[in-house]
Amino acid sequence: MTDSFDTPDLPAPPPEPEPSSGIGVDSWVAEADRRRLRGRGPLGLAAWGWESSPDSLKLLAFVAIAASLPFWLLSSEGNLFNFGLFTLIFVGLGLGLNVVVGLAGLLDLGYVAFYGIGAYAYALLSSPYYGIHWPAEATIPVAMGAAVIPAAILGFAARRLLGDYLAIVTLFFAQAFLVFTNVSNPTVFGKGLTGGANGIPLLDPLTFFGHKLTSTRALYFFLLGTVAVVAAAIYLANQSRIGRAWRASREDPLAAEVMSIPVNRLKILAFIFGAAVAGALGAIYAAVTTATVSTDFNIGVLIILYAIIILGGFGSIAGVFVGAIIINVSFEFLEPQSDYPSFKRWLFYGVIILMVTRLRPWYRSALVLAGAAGFGFAVHAIVAATAGHAWTSGRTVSGAGWITHWVVIPQASHGNFRNFLYIGLVLAILLVASLPGWWRTIALAPTLYLTAVVWENVLVQNPAVTALILFGVMLIVLMAVRPEGLLGTARVEIV
Amino acid sequence: MHHLLLFNIIDQARQLGWGGAFTLLRNGIVSGSLYALIALGYTMVYGILKLLNFAHGDVFMVGTFLGYGVLIGFGGALAPTIPIIPLILLMFAASMAGSGALGVAIERFAYRPLRNAPRIAPLISALGVAFFLENSAQLLTNSAHELYNGYALGGKNGNFGPLLNPVFSVAGNPVTVVMVIVVLTAIALMGALVLLVYRTKLGKAMRATAFDREAASMMGIDTDRVISTTFFIGSVLAGAAGVMYGLYLGDAYFFIGFLFGLKAFTAAVVGGIGSLPGAMLGGVLIGLIESFATGYVGGQWSEIVIFGILILFLLVRPTGLLGSHAIQKV
Repeated sequence: MTDSFDTPDLPAPPPEPEPSSGIGVDSWVAEADRRRLRGRGPLGLAAWGWESSPDSLKLLAFVAIAASLPFWLLSSEGNLFNFGLFTLIFVGLGLGLNVVVGLAGLLDLGYVAFYGIGAYAYALLSSPYYGIHWPAEATIPVAMGAAVIPAAILGFAARRLLGDYLAIVTLFFAQAFLVFTNVSNPTVFGKGLTGGANGIPLLDPLTFFGHKLTSTRALYFFLLGTVAVVAAAIYLANQSRIGRAWRASREDPLAAEVMSIPVNRLKILAFIFGAAVAGALGAIYAAVTTATVSTDFNIGVLIILYAIIILGGFGSIAGVFVGAIIINVSFEFLEPQSDYPSFKRWLFYGVIILMVTRLRPWYRSALVLAGAAGFGFAVHAIVAATAGHAWTSGRTVSGAGWITHWVVIPQASHGNFRNFLYIGLVLAILLVASLPGWWRTIALAPTLYLTAVVWENVLVQNPAVTALILFGVMLIVLMAVRPEGLLGTARVEIV
Repeated sequence: MHHLLLFNIIDQARQLGWGGAFTLLRNGIVSGSLYALIALGYTMVYGILKLLNFAHGDVFMVGTFLGYGVLIGFGGALAPTIPIIPLILLMFAASMAGSGALGVAIERFAYRPLRNAPRIAPLISALGVAFFLENSAQLLTNSAHELYNGYALGGKNGNFGPLLNPVFSVAGNPVTVVMVIVVLTAIALMGALVLLVYRTKLGKAMRATAFDREAASMMGIDTDRVISTTFFIGSVLAGAAGVMYGLYLGDAYFFIGFLFGLKAFTAAVVGGIGSLPGAMLGGVLIGLIESFATGYVGGQWSEIVIFGILILFLLVRPTGLLGSHAIQKV
């Protein structure tokens, strides 16, 4: 600025407005969005209360509720085993995977291999297979170590690989582990090291300092404690410098590197953290199921774990709990030997009706439901009148007789009739997804009916595969509709 | 007692002799051609979208079933109702068209909504698609191994048909018609692909989109359509590979997509992902490695050898044999 020009006299600027005395106005304004998005009614209030309570209280509440479950809701052995124990194992596994994928942002597809390594370590060290009977307080740390060492090597070797390549390397590691345990099975001390396709049976129960945990209830409380400790450890790690650095290197590795964050070392650390959790849970899982088979560590399990952390939301610790509970409970209901055969059906229809009622305005969802019901009765009447009794009286549905009057269930399989139904349903859903506006609403009603027909004719017959199909679909739909999951925070992509 | 691995291999090689070595070479080249065809699909999609299409192996699996469906529709290999040359051509046509349509549908519904999402989203979506296809196939086929019975095609009363006639033999080891068909078809399809990508306007658009999608769309290229076409072409190749797999190796099974796809994917990475000649070279290389590892080291180790090679390769030379080094722009 030079003084070669004479600045004309300007009028004096108006005086600054007096700052108003509204203390907290800024935070009130900042929270306006949160308030606006808050749901109404008791549910919204509960969500509000949940969000504003401190995290330690949340964990405590979860542990208290979970600890009381064996005394009322899950009082039978079988239910506690299927619903309680397995949910907790999934929670633990999800927590470990969430560190790697959610916090550090590494797509680790070899996670199940570390889980398997832990299980096999327990199987070799605490079973009559080699006649070694170490107590659990020795086996579990060794299992963690056995999982951590390959993770460290893999992480170190892959430290400079970008996202996709890391996914490939870890996927191949998982596959190599599966082939190694299932097919290669090298002979060590006169026996196949991993027992091949049969695995290693008859493992010792968890034994801590001479105390055997044999009852399901004892195992449940032990697992609950383990999961609580893991969750607390991950929470604290996430709040510390390391957690901040993980998130920073997830959001932008280059910027983090420039800020002198040791990105590579943190990647390896996250890998090790995840593998240690997986190894410990693998050992516990092996002890709980008293056998180790390589098929327990295949890609299907990996997909289920990913479904858990994606449903809950990447990087959200509470989300892992929610995801694991939803996935495992629905998985148990869909099991072929489930004690609740009719629950399966109610769960399915309930979820579908719930999804339809999300349509706005309300009369649209009412129209769709009414249309589907009417369409069904019409089709049933037409088929019954033209094709005869054999086409509509395939199966009696106990407890829900109306279904046989609504859904067409033929007696014979009629060649590939069922396969065409299934493929037709997939095509119909794709059609509905690509139709605009009201056309979509109109097409939705017959599609819903077709869904019911396929469910009663095809899917109910093969519930285990159905569950896996639904998980696959869930991954696709969630990624397209709500990639941040239920409890995750939406990420903004900065270009 | 345990032999040292190296002695074991030498021992095995001496036992198999030159004839055995030729058999391994032959098997490696034939299955390598199939790997190469599938690897092309992986590499094209990666080149254009930077996406690992985990579902591609399962498109190939669906292709084997589509071919099988046509075969069964015309009476099956043991009693075909039409002459075998049109039958095989029909199988190819149905499988290629069906797989192509499937590839386009996957792109349209699973990947297109995620064009601008974080990189991890389409990868997970791809896992979901792969899982969906695999388990749907399991549901529809009741986990059965559906036998092509290619050996009997054109033969009378279930005897060997012309597909197993030797074209020529080396030291008593025949190279059969079906092997020649596989290799020649693969070469023809790859030749057509190279012509398409390097000599046509569409190919130019594809290369432009792969180079810089945004700039390409500013130049008036309909990039969504180009991406769709890429998926279509890659899936058509996978469908063709599916029929050839069925005729050559004999069965359709819901799980082959994952493992065969994974190996083909290895081929794409070894060759340099994003590079067409790299995928072909990598495919044949993986086929040979697998074949020789099976022969000399033992079948139970062949997959571990392949995956070990891949991991080593990625660590030492992540760009592959013929891939170009990507410059990371900031």
